Amino acid sequence: MRHPIRRKAVSAAFVVFCGASVLLALIPLAFILFFVLKQGLPSLSLDFFTRTPQPVGEAGGGMANAMVGTVVLIGIAALLAVPVGVLTGIYLSEYRKSSLSTAARFAADVLNGVPSIVVGIFAYGLAVLPFRRFSALAGGLALGVMMIPLIVRTTEELLNLVPETLREGALALGATRARAVFRVILPAALPGILTGVLVALARIAGETAPLLFTSFNNRYWSTRLDQPMASLTVQIFTYAISPYEDWHRQAWAGATVLIFAVLLFSILARVATARLERMHRP
Amino acid sequence: MPWVSPSSTSSREGKAFRWVTGAAAALVLLAVAGIAVTLTRDSWLSIQKFGLSFWRTTIWDPVAGQFGALPFLWGTLYSSLLALLLSTPIALGIAIFLSEISPHALKRPLVFLTELLAAIPSIVYGMWGIFVLVPAVRILEAHVPGWLRATPFFSGPPLGIGLLAASLVLSVMIIPFTASVAREILKAVPFHQREAAYALGATRWEAIRMTLYYGRTGILGAIMLGLGRALGETMAVTMVIGNNPQISLSLFAPQYTMAAVLANEFTEAADDLYLHALVEIGLVLFIVTVAINSLSRLLIWRVGGAGKRSASASAVLG
Repeated sequence: MRHPIRRKAVSAAFVVFCGASVLLALIPLAFILFFVLKQGLPSLSLDFFTRTPQPVGEAGGGMANAMVGTVVLIGIAALLAVPVGVLTGIYLSEYRKSSLSTAARFAADVLNGVPSIVVGIFAYGLAVLPFRRFSALAGGLALGVMMIPLIVRTTEELLNLVPETLREGALALGATRARAVFRVILPAALPGILTGVLVALARIAGETAPLLFTSFNNRYWSTRLDQPMASLTVQIFTYAISPYEDWHRQAWAGATVLIFAVLLFSILARVATARLERMHRP
Repeated sequence: MPWVSPSSTSSREGKAFRWVTGAAAALVLLAVAGIAVTLTRDSWLSIQKFGLSFWRTTIWDPVAGQFGALPFLWGTLYSSLLALLLSTPIALGIAIFLSEISPHALKRPLVFLTELLAAIPSIVYGMWGIFVLVPAVRILEAHVPGWLRATPFFSGPPLGIGLLAASLVLSVMIIPFTASVAREILKAVPFHQREAAYALGATRWEAIRMTLYYGRTGILGAIMLGLGRALGETMAVTMVIGNNPQISLSLFAPQYTMAAVLANEFTEAADDLYLHALVEIGLVLFIVTVAINSLSRLLIWRVGGAGKRSASASAVLG
């Protein structure tokens, strides 16, 4: 052994570097959360949650229409993505080795890596261009396409976690494959699948890019699905890049609401996953 | 598959079950194909008119009908590669700390915290970028010494907004992705590799170096997955890069990216050629990110057993 001291020093320096990396990544996290809360919390008011935007140049008003719009948009997305995603997840876990499974698994991974703005252009070509009109449906379509791969992969993963003995028991009692899946396997994995849906919702609730030219924006109350619809993120973007001080305040307030919603979903999802893994893994 | 009894697959119910779930799986395939077809259709005018010169020319003048996308390509590659350079050592440091070094009690909370970075919406990164990071970068740029300012990398006035700010935001945003996949790869390295290293008297660093070497293809895959994210990132970059289509080596210069020009100009595209030119940028972004993601998956799969787990880890992360 040559240079034992130097080798130990190199090793110690490396351990310090790795620890410092963790701290270095946590600094921006702390900074972002701190600034959002510091700027956003004082700007939250009852008006913010109950009123629509004031005309340009007038102070006050809120983002109520945008919050409702976001809920509607992610509702459309979930209606589209949950059935497709869960059924695909079931297929992938039941017929693991089929060539359609391999292809669909790969497609889901590809879809997961497609930039959200590209998904937005796709939804534009499919649902805006033919009707010559921005619409909530187009926005929901874009978000739904983004949700699918997340739900597919978490569903598959969690179905695979369900112990084989449960399935064998169901089949031994004479259940068909479909019944074994829907009556036994799926209920056992249900909390986990809900987790996957939560994670997907948390991700798309914060999406802006695909909405810029699908659901566009709307400064007024609107719940019509064939019309442009406001969303929290697009509203925050519009306000953040505007020159008005009052709008900046509102953008921070919007960001606070968004962060709380996204964190709540993520934490719920993580708690549920941890519980599920404890249940099914020895 | 021992549970597949002949009766359960041949029954009508079994067939319907396979057909319905299979149709959903086919729909996922169709979605990817649909994106490719729609984007090609909606960019056809531009592809036909400009051909490859679209990607070689630098003048972007919608009013004159001149569309050259090189500045956007340049800005995207430059900002992403710089972000990769900044984030990779830190992301690998995090992955190594969490998988090899961290005390057990700290592991879970630290994993959770680092992955929270991935949960913060891009628009919030962008706001933080505009109001906090850009002013800080401006001060930093103003204090760069003169001899550095003389180099092409640091020339120009200290604006704050520009390539440096964009790369900084991007690097923070991709750290959790690279770190989480690299961590899965390290987890998949057989334990006896480490035991053998320690048994031979290796120090911690020497043992970890062995582990890294063992998982090198997977780690390369993790880094490329981060690159894929960086190339397509839109909102945060749009808000801090300055949106100026110029090709410059300077980190201080406002530049532009492919995703950002889409976000800014898509709703303004008045005529068909303009729209098709923008969609062509989207099409190339699609092709490039699909290629990079596919390659990174292949690399990750090559490290045995890690592929499935890491793919799902990144799926959960989004």
